[in-house]
Amino acid sequence: MSLAQLHHLSKTYALGQLRVPALTNISLQLKPACFTVLSGPSGSGKTTLLNLIAGIDRPDQGNIEIAGQSLQRLSDNALTDFRARHIGYIFQNFNLLPVLSAYENIEYPLRLNKTPPVKRRQRVLELLDAVGLADKASHRPNQLSGGQRQRVAIARALVHQPVLVLADEPTANLDSQTGAQIIALMRELQRVQQTAFVFSSHDPQVIASADHLVLLKDGHLLTPEPIREAV
Amino acid sequence: MIALALRNLWRNQRRSSTTLLAMMIGMLSILLFGGYSRTVYYGLETDFVGRSGHLQLQRKDYFWFGSGDPQGYSLHGYKQLVNDIQQDPVLAPLLRVVTPVLQFGGIAGNFDAGLSKLVIVQGVDVTAQNEMRRWNDYQLAITPELHSMNPAAGNEAEIGIGVARMLQLCAQLDVPDCPQPQLSAIDPNTQTLAADIAALAAGQLPSEPATPAKSGAQLELLAASTGGAPNVNRLQINRAVTTGAKELDEVYLAMQLAQAQQLLYGESEERVTALQIQLYHSADLEVARTRLQELISNRWPEQPLEVHDFRTLNPAFGQITGMFAAIFGFITILISAIVLFTVGNTMSMAVLERTVEIGTLRTLGLRRSGIRRLFISEGLLLGLTGALLGTALALLFAALINQAGFTWLPPGNSNPVPITIRLWGEHQMLLGIGLTVVLVATVSAWWPARRAAQQDVVDALRYV
Ligand SMILES: Nc1ncnc2c1ncn2[C@@H]1O[C@H](COP(=O)(O)OP(=O)(O)O)[C@@H](O)[C@H]1O
Ligand SMILES: [Mg+2]
Repeated sequence: MSLAQLHHLSKTYALGQLRVPALTNISLQLKPACFTVLSGPSGSGKTTLLNLIAGIDRPDQGNIEIAGQSLQRLSDNALTDFRARHIGYIFQNFNLLPVLSAYENIEYPLRLNKTPPVKRRQRVLELLDAVGLADKASHRPNQLSGGQRQRVAIARALVHQPVLVLADEPTANLDSQTGAQIIALMRELQRVQQTAFVFSSHDPQVIASADHLVLLKDGHLLTPEPIREAV
Repeated sequence: MIALALRNLWRNQRRSSTTLLAMMIGMLSILLFGGYSRTVYYGLETDFVGRSGHLQLQRKDYFWFGSGDPQGYSLHGYKQLVNDIQQDPVLAPLLRVVTPVLQFGGIAGNFDAGLSKLVIVQGVDVTAQNEMRRWNDYQLAITPELHSMNPAAGNEAEIGIGVARMLQLCAQLDVPDCPQPQLSAIDPNTQTLAADIAALAAGQLPSEPATPAKSGAQLELLAASTGGAPNVNRLQINRAVTTGAKELDEVYLAMQLAQAQQLLYGESEERVTALQIQLYHSADLEVARTRLQELISNRWPEQPLEVHDFRTLNPAFGQITGMFAAIFGFITILISAIVLFTVGNTMSMAVLERTVEIGTLRTLGLRRSGIRRLFISEGLLLGLTGALLGTALALLFAALINQAGFTWLPPGNSNPVPITIRLWGEHQMLLGIGLTVVLVATVSAWWPARRAAQQDVVDALRYV
């Protein structure tokens, strides 16, 4: 059974008069609890594909189905609520809310999901611990290092137990040592939480750790189907 | 949500505080002007209500035609009317003073100088009038201008300083700054008229008893009696007063009611031209008016009567307060526009700066409405803070100004009155202006908030 199915996705951006095809006819299946890496050179369409899967962008053609839910049928509000419930997103630039502490940043998705306070607190503390920042709970993002910020972002992406976590080049703004730690952390959390991860990266470390590797070039898929693993 | 808005405002302290400062200064100017307007309103109201009461009961159309025919438009059986009003269960608890006045035109003459002058005579009950003038429901720091006549000495009277000037009584009455006329300018006819009055008076009045010369002055007052025949009265003038208006000062003569009635009606039936009705509080005016109108139609059907309030009787009140209200409205609109643009600009800049943040929040699953609410609540909070601080600042400034003890000379007063900014206790104005600022700030945040919410998520995330 697949967690997500992408059918013949195409996306074109208009740059002035010019039409830039960012993705052309992408079909793909993502399995639950699987660590998938999207790789390809810069401008190959990785971010665009992740944005489509995350439901923050809509394809020009094709359809996306996540956990049995077809995304294009959803209204903007329904899609937003779907994201809040089922999707975790890790940004290249961490994108933490600067006015919130590490604790509050992690807590935010739970507030969006109206999780009761007691459960919220328990879950946030659990994740702070899991990413090794229990002692930094009250720190604001600008008091944290890059690696620490990305840990907070990872905790934020996982706290509401989404079915799918998307990460767009999460180690690109980190030095290789910190990046390696972050990948190890995500790999471990993915295993523990049994969540599906989709990663975009051209970092060999990341590619090496993938369960699946999907290669993109100029908006085309190089491997038509993800490598089927023995279940 | 509110905590988030507060922290976001705190994040750019310099910009938030500049915006707040603009709002505070705006509110300060509105409220100081508003507070000063209140002082002027209350001052005028106190003056008018003190001089002629809240309401006047008159014969129908006296207001339009009465001064041409004070006899024809007078109130009959006024003592019964006064009694009815005082005994009325609705009016009695509201009532402070009910007092009759008799107003008519006459000619005042100064024998010795051979001068005469047309005057408008107010025949008043001195005790009741002085009680009316002590009305100070707004607790203003003023001393009432009381009549100087002794009720026991029936022929004591007061004239306006203009009358004193023209009758050349300034010296006797100690009127300051009183110009002396060039003698050649005096029309011989006037002297003739004065001489006529003198002759008439000599015929009617007993010759001057040889009393020791009193302070003040004396003059003769000539009026047409009910029968149409001229009648003369000798008045002892205690002093010359100012009403604040030059035209009035040149015709003003106040004498005691009994003497005035004697002059006009002789020993016959007693009438007046109006009943002045003063209430404890201006707020009761409409209740009292309604009740008086009921009484007019049910209780006193035998003569046509009507009621006028002090605003109608003193058009200057409406003109002055109207002008202040217009300026106040103008300042409020101006300041609102400034607040609108200041807050709007602040919020637009905030939206622009936080574009990526907006994209992030949307990605995490915050709906468009949530984004909108976030920025609107920032505008609301900014407005609320500005309104509170602005009110506090205005109260502080008002207190300082009131302490400083500046004075001014309002119309109709001869003592300077302290300039006060009346804000403390003016809940309605404070609340009204505060809410206006909050509302304007919220509205001005609405447009940037909408723009923030409408942004495309991916574009917002890619924003550099
Ligand atoms: N919002 C956009 N407007 C115009 N062009 C875009 C937009 N987003 C992406 N593109 C273009 O689409 C292509 C794919 O971009 P992207 O998905 O960001 O690639 P990658 O993440 O692999 O670097 C690039 O040519 C990029 O310039
Ligand atoms: Mg990219």
